[in-house]
Amino acid sequence: MQQITQQPTVIRRTRTGKINIRSGNRVSLVLSSTLWTLGALTVLAFFFFDYTGFRPLQAIPETLYNLKAMFLEPKLSHFGWGEAAMQVAITLGLGALATVFGAVFAFFLALGAAENLSVPWLSRSIRVVVAFVRAVPTVLWVLIFAIAAGLGSEAAVLGMLFHSVAYLVKAFSEAFEEVDPKILEALRATGAGWWQTVVHGVLPSTFTYLLSWTFLRFEINFSVAVAMGAAAGAGGIGFELFMASGFYFDLREVGMITYMILAVAIVLEVFSTRLKSRVYSAG
Amino acid sequence: MNETVLKKRKFQMTMLFLGVIVLTYLSAWITDYGFVSSLEAVPGAMAWIFSNLLVDGEALGKLPAIMEKLIETVFMSIAATTIAAVLSLFLAIMGSKTTMVNRALGAVSRFVASLSRNIPVVAWSLILLLSFGQNSVTGFLALFVGTLGFLTRAFMETIDEASLGSVEALRATGATYWQIVSKAVVPQGLPQMVSWVLFMIETNIRSATLVGILTGTGIGYMFDMYYKTMNYEVVALITITIVLAVILIELLSTRIRKVIL
Repeated sequence: MQQITQQPTVIRRTRTGKINIRSGNRVSLVLSSTLWTLGALTVLAFFFFDYTGFRPLQAIPETLYNLKAMFLEPKLSHFGWGEAAMQVAITLGLGALATVFGAVFAFFLALGAAENLSVPWLSRSIRVVVAFVRAVPTVLWVLIFAIAAGLGSEAAVLGMLFHSVAYLVKAFSEAFEEVDPKILEALRATGAGWWQTVVHGVLPSTFTYLLSWTFLRFEINFSVAVAMGAAAGAGGIGFELFMASGFYFDLREVGMITYMILAVAIVLEVFSTRLKSRVYSAG
Repeated sequence: MNETVLKKRKFQMTMLFLGVIVLTYLSAWITDYGFVSSLEAVPGAMAWIFSNLLVDGEALGKLPAIMEKLIETVFMSIAATTIAAVLSLFLAIMGSKTTMVNRALGAVSRFVASLSRNIPVVAWSLILLLSFGQNSVTGFLALFVGTLGFLTRAFMETIDEASLGSVEALRATGATYWQIVSKAVVPQGLPQMVSWVLFMIETNIRSATLVGILTGTGIGYMFDMYYKTMNYEVVALITITIVLAVILIELLSTRIRKVIL
């Protein structure tokens, strides 16, 4: 006769006899080991630093004094307001060009990269190329293009374009992949071609997302354009910032320029947040 | 969807595209950008890259020095991100609508976050360079300040999205503020927050190159030095090592993210 044995429920207890409610699962293990590793690496990092000329006791009061001069007594001295506005416009222009071209290229590449609209080999190879392009810092692209294509706004825009395309392809293709497969199936069933599916199915349902990502990229590209002006001589307000701090040591001018950049960045951020909340409430 | 809606939509789209085209032309005019010349420059630039950016034996000899600087840079971004994350968590808890202590503290934390996020990392590095001098601490601080603002915003959104229900449940049982934060808000948002931290480490390694060029530290400085002396073989090698480091960290964090999210 077969006896039915019931497995007794195992209750794990801690050493003190309490019931263990946090039995180790994989998620919490990975999570806590990630956190511990990051913590350990952070402590370790301070032994790897190069402390040449670092005098904290002197540097901290000095920074506070500098910050006070910058932000409480801002003043332009090497150029006027008109010129300053022009430089901000140049930086915005560089950002806008890289964003607009980037969005156009990224749109077509993302169609190739989206798994539901493309063939596997194409989508995989676009992804690999894009991951590579994204891994190279933008400033290196700009500097490389500056020698390869000559200095000027062309090099800056091309360099920024590379990174913008890579970033947007990732965002766009993820948006395309979330398109309801029923829409695509319905269109295909009516005999619509690939382009017709894209124009009438994919585009209408993702357009607001694409727009919101593109604007977010514009926000990023503005600060990238500032950085390129400072680090790669691409002109605009970033270059003036670099000159004011690195050549004239004019703290008050640095402060004023920082305020201008801050103002533009906040306006862009508010706009982008509005756009995003509109997209989410509509979707 | 009736005809008027479609017509209105078509009109809006046309206006949008016209606006973008006008904006593009305006930008090109202001920045003195030539559409044709930039198109012409691309093939030449590509040819230049493939014929000049080649690693040779002499450049490979510099690998140990490059690796040392690369490791310093990677450590710098990890340290800046992790320490910023700890502080951001407090700022986010103070600033989030669900866990706000009071309005004034919330406003302060949002203001600090917005200030540190919207002043570009370039401006921070140039400001800090003036008093901290040319060393790793300057780069670390510049990355730290920029990361702080970004992570505070990201954490705030995570807290707002995740925890309304459980916060209410705990509050109903009479839990204190700190119990609510430590038992509901933090554990629930933690995977998402770790994912943001990993994303920020990736981003910071790339930014560290830029900060390095400006503040004369780490791998960025090394790149700048060889770039200015036109030693393009070493420039290529440095670029490749940065790419490998970034891709390696990206792969690692993708795997971690897959498990925890």
